[in-house]
Amino acid sequence: MARMKFLCDAERCIECNGCVTACKQENEVPWGVNRRRVVTVNDGVVGAEKSISVACMHCSDAPCMAVCPVDCFYRTEDGVVLHDKDLCIGCGYCFYACPFGAPQFPQAGAFGLRGKMDKCTFCAGGPEADRSEAEFKKYGRNRLAEGKLPACAEMCSTKALLGGDGDVIADIYRERVTRRGKGSEVWGWGTAYGPGRPGAQPPAQQPAKGKS
Amino acid sequence: MSRVLLVLIIAAVGLAACGEREQVMEPQSEKRYQGKADTKPWDNEPLAQEFRGGTWTKGDQKSWDEQIKKRQLAQHEDKRIYQ
Repeated sequence: MARMKFLCDAERCIECNGCVTACKQENEVPWGVNRRRVVTVNDGVVGAEKSISVACMHCSDAPCMAVCPVDCFYRTEDGVVLHDKDLCIGCGYCFYACPFGAPQFPQAGAFGLRGKMDKCTFCAGGPEADRSEAEFKKYGRNRLAEGKLPACAEMCSTKALLGGDGDVIADIYRERVTRRGKGSEVWGWGTAYGPGRPGAQPPAQQPAKGKS
Repeated sequence: MSRVLLVLIIAAVGLAACGEREQVMEPQSEKRYQGKADTKPWDNEPLAQEFRGGTWTKGDQKSWDEQIKKRQLAQHEDKRIYQ
């Protein structure tokens, strides 16, 4: 069974904000709410600047889910963390619990009024009828129900942002790192995931074909 | 005697809400969700061909998994370009 995850390759991200725009456009996210954003460290330092696209990481043991006082979060069979806006009371606990700052709150009213929480849905909608207008209005497009992946990942021009089953995108990233010979240190591959599956052979080095 | 009984009754009523939730390592919060049930993505009909949603059999998770995996592998530019 798939465990849907995002993986951003910091060696490739060029801070174009295409993923942010794609998300905004695809889900018609209201003004002031950013489900996805690009974070840049060492901005302007030549050779040291790195960017990474961040949104909800759909944690396997999600802290937002643990702290929610009204238990409005649930996880789909694909491992996507979603929430029911009809239950959300906009308390903001999930915002404090999330290490990625994923939960967003529309602030359109007076006196610092805080609306119901909004966050990345992995383009999987929410607990309304799939591909319905009600689902789109509350949660955005349900691309998974259309047989597609999140718009941000599919729109990424440098393919820095990968979205999909953790095993599949990890394999794509691993092959990419092996081919270019660098990048694993950025994510601490060996530390996070170990040397590989028991008995697995390292991917063969292939010369890059078709380079101009 | 009646005063002791009264104090005991007040204490029993007053402390009744002072229970403690069970604290375990595995996430329990998923089991507490009381909202609407969500439908599965594979329980939908595929989109029309011009919308490029791919094909799968409605209700068949395996065929949907294959479709979404195809889509994931399209993110591997080496395989997509040089295949």
